[in-house]
Amino acid sequence: MAELDIDTRAGKLGIDWSQVNLDSIQLPPGENFGIESDDEGVYHDDQLEFDTGFGNIIVVDNLPVVPKTKFEKLENVLKKIYSQLGVIKEKGLWMPVDPNTGMTLGYCFIEFNTPQEAQNAKEKTHGYKLDKSHIFAVNMFDDFDRLMNVKEEWEAPQTKPYVPGENLQKWLTDEKARDQLVTRSGPDTEVFWNDARQKNTELYWTESYVQWSPLGTYLVTLHKQGAAVWGGADTFTRLMRYQHNMVKLVDFSPGEKYLVTYHSQEPNNPRDASKVEIKVFDVRTGRMMRDFKGSADEFSIGGPGGVAGASWPVFRWAGGKDDKYFAKLSKNTISVYETETFGLIDKKSIKVDNVVDVCWSPTDSILSLFVPEQGGGNQPAKVALVQIPSKVELRQKNLFSVSDCKMYWQSSGEYLAVKVDRYTKTKKSTYSGFELFRIKERDIPIEVLELDNKNDKIIAFAWEPKGHRFAVIHGDQPRPDVSFYTMKTTQHGGRVTKLGTLKAKQANALFWSPTGKYIILAGLKNFNGQLEFFNVDELETMATTEHFMATDIEWDPTGRYVATAVTSVHEMENGFTIWSFNGKLLYRNLKDHFFQLAWRPRPPSFLSPEKEEEIAKNLKKYSKKYELEDQDVSLLLSEQDREKRKALKEEWEKWVKQWKSLQEEEKLARQSLRDGEVSDEEEEEDEAKEVKEVEFEDVIEVTEEVVQE
Amino acid sequence: MRPILMKGHERPLTFLRYNRDGDMLFSCAKDHTPTLWYADNGERHGTYRGHNGAVWCCDVSRDSSRLITGSADQTAKLWDVKTGTQLFSFKFSSPARSVDFAVGDKLAVITTDPFMERTSAIHVKRIAEDPQDQDGDSVLVLENPEGRKRINRAVWGPLNQTIVSGGEDAVLRIWDAETGKLLKETDKEVGHKQTITSLCKSADDSHFLTGSLDKTAKLWDMRTLTLIKTYTSGVPVNAVSMSPLLDHVVIGGGQDASAVTTTDHRAGNFEAKFYDKILQEEIGGVKGHFGPINALAFNPDGRSFSSGGEDGYVRLHHFDSDYFSIKI
Repeated sequence: MAELDIDTRAGKLGIDWSQVNLDSIQLPPGENFGIESDDEGVYHDDQLEFDTGFGNIIVVDNLPVVPKTKFEKLENVLKKIYSQLGVIKEKGLWMPVDPNTGMTLGYCFIEFNTPQEAQNAKEKTHGYKLDKSHIFAVNMFDDFDRLMNVKEEWEAPQTKPYVPGENLQKWLTDEKARDQLVTRSGPDTEVFWNDARQKNTELYWTESYVQWSPLGTYLVTLHKQGAAVWGGADTFTRLMRYQHNMVKLVDFSPGEKYLVTYHSQEPNNPRDASKVEIKVFDVRTGRMMRDFKGSADEFSIGGPGGVAGASWPVFRWAGGKDDKYFAKLSKNTISVYETETFGLIDKKSIKVDNVVDVCWSPTDSILSLFVPEQGGGNQPAKVALVQIPSKVELRQKNLFSVSDCKMYWQSSGEYLAVKVDRYTKTKKSTYSGFELFRIKERDIPIEVLELDNKNDKIIAFAWEPKGHRFAVIHGDQPRPDVSFYTMKTTQHGGRVTKLGTLKAKQANALFWSPTGKYIILAGLKNFNGQLEFFNVDELETMATTEHFMATDIEWDPTGRYVATAVTSVHEMENGFTIWSFNGKLLYRNLKDHFFQLAWRPRPPSFLSPEKEEEIAKNLKKYSKKYELEDQDVSLLLSEQDREKRKALKEEWEKWVKQWKSLQEEEKLARQSLRDGEVSDEEEEEDEAKEVKEVEFEDVIEVTEEVVQE
Repeated sequence: MRPILMKGHERPLTFLRYNRDGDMLFSCAKDHTPTLWYADNGERHGTYRGHNGAVWCCDVSRDSSRLITGSADQTAKLWDVKTGTQLFSFKFSSPARSVDFAVGDKLAVITTDPFMERTSAIHVKRIAEDPQDQDGDSVLVLENPEGRKRINRAVWGPLNQTIVSGGEDAVLRIWDAETGKLLKETDKEVGHKQTITSLCKSADDSHFLTGSLDKTAKLWDMRTLTLIKTYTSGVPVNAVSMSPLLDHVVIGGGQDASAVTTTDHRAGNFEAKFYDKILQEEIGGVKGHFGPINALAFNPDGRSFSSGGEDGYVRLHHFDSDYFSIKI
């Protein structure tokens, strides 16, 4: 409509055009008054609906066959029935008529507005009794082809012979018990065996981002269309795909039964929160168990880090391998879901005003949560332990003048350490202390630990895995102190005691060996990659080294090796270095544009603690066998090495020989170029002689010195 | 032995060259005066004054009588080594990047940079025996197919039959020195991935070593352009050299000069790294510069080498005796 037309029309109707707020007018849905929208999105939607085909049409069979006179009556009856179940499209009901007899054929087609309505109508009216002899048989139009092709005779379904799947745990049976690690550099993703002497890559393929599952069975890669998991006996084959467009983050449940995928979309309008979609898949079947949609705000309370809005992982899985519960923190509520129905426990979230952080115990279904101070300090901050699914509060502690809290669970769920930052009286600065919960003891006693110097800043804290000790870096940069404490001593029983303090260390991060006992005090980033390998049992330093500019440190799952890496945040010397547990450099692997390194995790050992202890005791006996094996291997390898060197030398000799002969051939030509001056050959020989002389002299000198000493 | 620190340049070093006898060392820098040093004790012998821009490269004749230098002042100059007088000046319309005398010293190859609408080019000039007869005419001019990319180095092949060039397009090319025809070039698979910064010939012209910003140095057969070895360094390579005595190569470089001030001094890794030429394994390194290494040269006797850095120093290293008995 031209603007002029509009104006004249408005004038006729007595409307003052300037008074009309165009945005406030709402048209009935689906109506456009003949004006086509120029919004591409709308146009697209129409197109899509058209594309759905005949999904919104149902076929109703077994209708009474009626003559023309009764046609309208029957039609009205049908309309009455079906308009209750959904909106029938205009002229959406069509009952064919035999052109010869004028009788209906006993069936009709009904077109609904949406496929959902059609589906609903089919379900509700299939088997509907109009009268005794007319029982409706309702089908989706789209199903008709399929149904028409059903064979008259019943065929026994073929049972496919059972094909055993690949052994997904085969890497664990490696003869030399090596571990695997995945690296990503440039466009390549590679999986290596950790072996100093064999650097060969096991396989090769390229993707954007990878992650191991918690037990190491699968490797997940992210793609545009979704996530995929890989695994297998000898090579990695794709086991399953999970469709989720533009997936950004993934997370496994600890027993690797479920995979959580995350996608967020930046809003078109910057004022809106970004849209977040999270899907939970069953890893083995690939079935989507539940999806969550919402704005980023609903997923973004508490928790560190995260990408564009939500803090990852949004869903925190309860400890243990059962994968029974997972929790989501949102404003004033904690939603705990259970995986049988993927619904909320008791169909209710837990209401906790102002809760900012929750943590699961790594082994039990116990949630620890932290509520900060409210009402300007009138209501104290609170740390509480809640049992799931009963939602019973096991223990709670009120804390005063708290600025922040961090919760650290010990890996076997025996202890919970809460680092509490408190304001000083003036409220100008803070100081830190610890509240230590002994979860496995009766009534969960709480102990308060303060550092020797209360004003020390706490830079890092780490529990010894499976152990009773923890390490703290405290004090002022650039040379803080490192202290070790234990929750258990023979003398003091159940009291926390300090084992020792190391003064003035260049460290800002702690990395315990997964088997405990050893720890790396690392100075990453500003400290240029200082590494100190420390034995906590003996309280002595095993080695002090440096991996210059190291950004990441990761122990292998058995605690035998450590990988340190320089990722591409730095331009130079990208790559990783493998160390033994006591700080001996084993080998280096340089790679440009190095992004990521991850050891393949191992499932927990099946050995009982007693058995493990026995092995540890008789280590000498067992180690002999392996030492012998090692020796054999190293002999073999040095033999291979020699062969390789020999081959290289021979190849080089061949080149040199070729060059020599060509040099000889060209001798005269060269001489003529130099106006008859002799070529260099003779001189070269002279030089060679000279070299020999030098070497000879040197040897004598060196031996003399030794004798003198 | 302690290295001898030669402080004579005010700006970053660009090139180092020993004469055939190994008693003289010529250094070029971004200041305008190439300098001659005693290769034994590092004393300064003299300078060659006349350029009006950074000097990128030089070469000395077999009898150590003539020096040729290429400069950003759009000239290449011929000098009398002994007196330091300028004998001739080749004028170009863009900076001269690299110079190399042919066998017999009757020809020289000079490369020029792309500049304004000029494309990069390789010029072959005749060098007259008597400087009085010298003229500036080119015998041959080769245009680089990738004209907007700089050629960083061009040298003569065996018997002056070919010219080998490499530069910013990361491709090595062998040209026929007579006809100017392109004979061979490296393909993407085996060749360097980034700018070729340096190129160094073996004494007998049979093979050569190239350094590149892709953090590798590669050894090639000079006649067939076959890749023989690759040496991987963690840092961009600016300079390479081969020991004439032992099967060693030395590679230098480091973090880009513009990034040096922003990181720890060790982050740059301004180290001259030694590799076993045959096994391609790193043997050791010589630290000392506090800027990237731009130039490396072995003394023809193989007993000493010198390195020139962005820091403006030339460091002259005489090898300790145990260097000669290194076994790996």
